[in-house]
Amino acid sequence: MVNGVNLFFQFLDSFAFIVLSAIGLAIIFGMMGVINLAHGELIMIGAYGTTLAYNAGTPLVLAMVVGVISAAAAGLVIERTIVKRLYQRPLDSMVATWALGITVTQIVRIVFGNSLSGIGIPFGSIQYGAFSYSTYRTLLSVVALVVLLSAYLVFTRTEFGIRARATIQDDDTARTMGIDTDHMYTMTFVIGCALAGLTGALYAPALAIVPGMGSSFLVEAFVAVVSGGTSVLLGTTLAAGVLGSANAFFTNLYGTFIGQVAMLIVAILILRFLPTGLSGVVENVREQMERES
Amino acid sequence: MSEKGFVERFRSCFEGPNTIGNSRGFWVGFIAALTIAFAYPLSAGGYQSGITALFLVYAILALSLSFVWGYSGVLSFGQVVFFGFGGYTFGIVTLNFDSTIGIMAAIPIAVAIATLVAFGLGYFMFYGRVTGVFVAIITLVTTIVMQTFMAQTAGSEWAIGDARLGGFNGMTGIPDIALGIRNTSIAFSGETFYWLCLILLVASYMGLRALTNGKFGYAMVGIREDEDRVEMLGYDVRRVKLTVFTIGGALAGVAGVLYASWGNYIDPTVFSLTFATLPVIWVTVGGRESLLGAGIAAVGIEWFRQQLSNLGSDYALVVVGMLLLVVVLVLPEGIVPYVHRKAVSVYREYSDSGDDPDHPTRGSTQEEIIE
Repeated sequence: MVNGVNLFFQFLDSFAFIVLSAIGLAIIFGMMGVINLAHGELIMIGAYGTTLAYNAGTPLVLAMVVGVISAAAAGLVIERTIVKRLYQRPLDSMVATWALGITVTQIVRIVFGNSLSGIGIPFGSIQYGAFSYSTYRTLLSVVALVVLLSAYLVFTRTEFGIRARATIQDDDTARTMGIDTDHMYTMTFVIGCALAGLTGALYAPALAIVPGMGSSFLVEAFVAVVSGGTSVLLGTTLAAGVLGSANAFFTNLYGTFIGQVAMLIVAILILRFLPTGLSGVVENVREQMERES
Repeated sequence: MSEKGFVERFRSCFEGPNTIGNSRGFWVGFIAALTIAFAYPLSAGGYQSGITALFLVYAILALSLSFVWGYSGVLSFGQVVFFGFGGYTFGIVTLNFDSTIGIMAAIPIAVAIATLVAFGLGYFMFYGRVTGVFVAIITLVTTIVMQTFMAQTAGSEWAIGDARLGGFNGMTGIPDIALGIRNTSIAFSGETFYWLCLILLVASYMGLRALTNGKFGYAMVGIREDEDRVEMLGYDVRRVKLTVFTIGGALAGVAGVLYASWGNYIDPTVFSLTFATLPVIWVTVGGRESLLGAGIAAVGIEWFRQQLSNLGSDYALVVVGMLLLVVVLVLPEGIVPYVHRKAVSVYREYSDSGDDPDHPTRGSTQEEIIE
């Protein structure tokens, strides 16, 4: 039986999970054309930073800030030492970040052991009828929307965002206009990594803190980026909406695994029949409407 | 002279600009190395060479990725998927028909299934015009999905005939590969299994060399270098890519069959991210545009990892990961092509003739024949 309220909460949960999994990866890919395969590890770093700070006595919110900062710092180092050299070789930057990912995972395993004692999930749960849902996980969907909105504002309404987009569109021209394009790439990469760290920080109370935890975000992140298309923020939002609905609906009916399969099948259909992704379709429609009016 | 002419003609099938080692010196060294490899079990004994055989299995897997990625520019994280399909299918068939005939039938069935999966995935990707990083992402996601799927097959409802898929614990009791008719059959284990793997490895290597140095190989390399231009010249890029991907999948399937019968079991770790990484590491470190490099690196790196884990160290993945990183940044062509290039330039400095041993011109080849 499909329970409407239950389905709604499930949708919010998977929407938030997809948006937060994908956003950091999507920004880096959309702006720089680099697929950061250390994405999962940056999420893991965010979660580890948060958990370690929390276990040392820091209040949860501050601990999350620690998590975000550690991921951003890691991102800065990665960009400066590795990604910077590989902008012309997208496949190699994938392999290099992947190499980094397995190295970092293994080092974390050696240093911190196979798991950290976790943070209890705060805020209790929402009760409705026979069901209950974690308040915290429901709140994450609000956070996801806030993150999307702020990213949108940063990239469209601020001086930095306009410079960054100019760099992405035509970096030669941007450079002649006096924009420090290297700096823009670095900043964009760091923002993407910080968002990955935020994801880790936010999910730290809800998941087991293990070195390989990053990989549990990868499927959603990749699938959302691939089916979202070229316009990053719009694409991520649409992909999370569509894939989240499919996931929530089938999870509700047949359990988690079938939910994931359904999500993948939808993604495959999108990829096969809409080569420009979901955002591409919306943009085509918008262009057509502009032409007609 | 006629015999020599035959050797030359035979050699020329395997030679060309797309592979390392086209000189007589290379083949002499190659045959010498091969002789040592064949003699290895005589000194190491059956048990040890049975263990070493795994490295040869991995080398076949490495060849499959080198072929797909190095020669046609299609980065696939999914070779382990076909490897796993080959292994699981071999297990399922042999557990249902545990006889020499069953085992002999299981081998082509398993390879066919792996090939079919590669064909299906490849058809979807290449005919859907999926390219570049997206191919890498899709193959990677396929790997993760297969792991999730296989890991949850622990229940008894997940059985095909008598074969339980077994979830995390995997399938056990898979028999050794055996060949024979009626009552005479040999099962391959220990040194015989090693020899079998070595023969298959050499056959794959020579087969791929012939393929990459033929007309088809030129089309593949052309696609790697400039897809649009090759398409302009009238090639169906989608079809070439699909063919390459399917052949790569079949080869990975062969390796999977060998793997399943090597340990007599298979479990979902063959689909894990760590395992999916390994072929990429071997091929990048060894030299992705070199079949020889990929094979050598697979054996070398896996030997090294085994030595470290025998010592009880956890650092193997760290070292290998760093090695991969350094190679990508400093030596993108890979170690073996680099060493080869250096060796050739040293050789040229010391030899009086200005011959390029790697690119024999028609004239010099004829000279050699006349000699």
